[in-house]
Amino acid sequence: MMAENTEIRNWYLNLYKDFENRLNGEKSRPVHKLRKAAIEKFAEIDFPNLHQEDWRFTDISPILGHTFAYAAKKATGSIRADELSPFLFGGMRGHTVVFVNGFYSRELSKPLPLPKGVVVGSLAEAMKEDDGSIGEQIAKRLDPGTDAFTALNTAFTVDGAYINLPDGAVVEDPVHFLFITTGDERLISQPRNLVVAGKNSQVRFIEHYIGLQPGVYFTNSVTEIEAGRNATVDGLKIQEENRESYHVATTAAFVENDANYKSHAVSNGAKIYRHNINVILGGEGGNTSLEGLYLTAGEQLSDTHSMIDHAAANCTSGEHYKGILDDKSRAVFNGKILVRQGAQKTNSYQENRNILLSNEAKVDTKPQLEIFADDVKCSHGATVGQLSKESMFYLRSRGVGEEQAKLILIYAFANDVLKSIKQDKVREELEHILSVRFLKGI
Amino acid sequence: MLEIRNLHASVEEKEILKGIDLKVNAGEVHAIMGPNGSGKSTLANVLAGRPEYKVTAGEAIFESKDLLSMLPEVRAREGVFLAFQYPVELPGVNNTTFLRTALNEARKYRNQPEISAGAFLAMLKKKMQIVEMPDTLLSRAVNEGFSGGEKKRNEILQMAVLEPRLAILDETDSGLDIDALRIVANGVNKLRSKDNAVIVVTHYQRLLNYIVPDFVHVLYNGRIVKSGDKDLALELEDKGYDWVKDETVTAK
Repeated sequence: MMAENTEIRNWYLNLYKDFENRLNGEKSRPVHKLRKAAIEKFAEIDFPNLHQEDWRFTDISPILGHTFAYAAKKATGSIRADELSPFLFGGMRGHTVVFVNGFYSRELSKPLPLPKGVVVGSLAEAMKEDDGSIGEQIAKRLDPGTDAFTALNTAFTVDGAYINLPDGAVVEDPVHFLFITTGDERLISQPRNLVVAGKNSQVRFIEHYIGLQPGVYFTNSVTEIEAGRNATVDGLKIQEENRESYHVATTAAFVENDANYKSHAVSNGAKIYRHNINVILGGEGGNTSLEGLYLTAGEQLSDTHSMIDHAAANCTSGEHYKGILDDKSRAVFNGKILVRQGAQKTNSYQENRNILLSNEAKVDTKPQLEIFADDVKCSHGATVGQLSKESMFYLRSRGVGEEQAKLILIYAFANDVLKSIKQDKVREELEHILSVRFLKGI
Repeated sequence: MLEIRNLHASVEEKEILKGIDLKVNAGEVHAIMGPNGSGKSTLANVLAGRPEYKVTAGEAIFESKDLLSMLPEVRAREGVFLAFQYPVELPGVNNTTFLRTALNEARKYRNQPEISAGAFLAMLKKKMQIVEMPDTLLSRAVNEGFSGGEKKRNEILQMAVLEPRLAILDETDSGLDIDALRIVANGVNKLRSKDNAVIVVTHYQRLLNYIVPDFVHVLYNGRIVKSGDKDLALELEDKGYDWVKDETVTAK
């Protein structure tokens, strides 16, 4: 086991050398120090394994069984605009920023006019004119040594989604970041996404991951979000990778005083999916809500590890994840809530509900509350069940066929996660995914 | 319309129905009475096709078709309706959408065009008057947070919308106060016609003051042990079920 990991780690260390050699002038930028530190960290630590508490249900060894190539060349030219149209939410008005194999595609992106001082687009493009302030933001809230995947992503920091909102800036239309993996090679893409929202600013963005062809690939992404005082940041992650691929992601958000960070995470694709979502409520009056829906079938694995850190008083957090599992698929939900000493008047609830459509599907769900303040309100609950036989019979006794009855109940179950998504067209698309998945898929 | 012959059924290997014979013609109302555990609800659910109930012998012919071989949804589309003793709550399923879906399933089955949302709503408003149901219950999830009486009224509303040939009311009266009972019974009476039939399953005679049956059958220990007209229900009310039990034992 150890020997195998040595081999794959050397593979990535060599991949890094290649990557670094191609950076040329990029090496003079401040962010390069961070890359070097991260790869050194990567060299020191091993990939996670089943003996670690945070990974004990998620066997990542299949990911380590592949030597993924780094997409050095831009593949943009090979994608026609019409291939993307199914993923654009029926022409929803918004800023569309497209990445192909981890790199920004100017040709495929469709920007809209933006308020003064607002930057929405590619991190690589933004860093070309960086005075050092972007470099400072990267890895500000997420230690590259957190785990090997984070270290690897940080070492390969070169491009990704980027939003910068000056104080008071409001972006009305949603920002749609579309990450596409394409090509015949077995590729690794490592988007490094950064959202910095100044005081009183507001933005909604969508991180949307898709694979255009069948075949194995690996997305290893990191998203950092900084919600300044009284800012509102609304992020939706849609993971629709192909079913052979792997997707490991960490979202790290820092919420200042009176700021609001809302997250929705919907996952439907990937063979192995792991999402770490960590939110620090760092200023008084901050608020976060994390909603999630995972759909799995076949032998898919979906793992969400969340951590909400109440580091200041008078903050609220709500977490609500639902899963629908079929076949031999598996899901993991681990929700940790930490209420630090001094984080009085914390109000926090957490809920995880699952429906198993097959006897062979399995969920491991675990709440973890660590409370060091005495004046707090915290609640949590988890359920794992099947579609209710009573409900099925009730629907059928009214003339609704078995398949449709099943779909109605699945919709109803998923609905309270989807209904809070504000963009109608996005919500409709997600409902469509749900119906396609459960009408034909299983 | 419906002819049941020698029907045997069991739940979890336990035989509940031990040979039921019953003939129901169009335009008739039959009351099935009997003590707790006699098999009344089992009979209702077997006719509707509840999967947990296994028919072990006998047959039920509905409009010249073999009812028992049909899936529950097909029975419904053919015109069989069961008003549940305990209506099920469906959180997240809108009541109006649910009713329209159900109606359209039946219409599709009969090669009729689906009804539009607008036309459906207009029809629904009229039907709601039959059960004196407030509009607010339409935008809610099916039965979720409904009171006991509201749930039962919602059952009768579904019946009004689906216009079944054969309606089976499974203890629709239990747990209702007299006002709710009257509303539910009025609803059922308004839906009675020479073309449809109703089977009223009940433990109490009270409901039969409002829905007057043509026939009353007493079910005991999985068999119909006595049949008569509406006076039989009054006699039962008077003498209690022990009277029938004793008579059954004597007859043996």
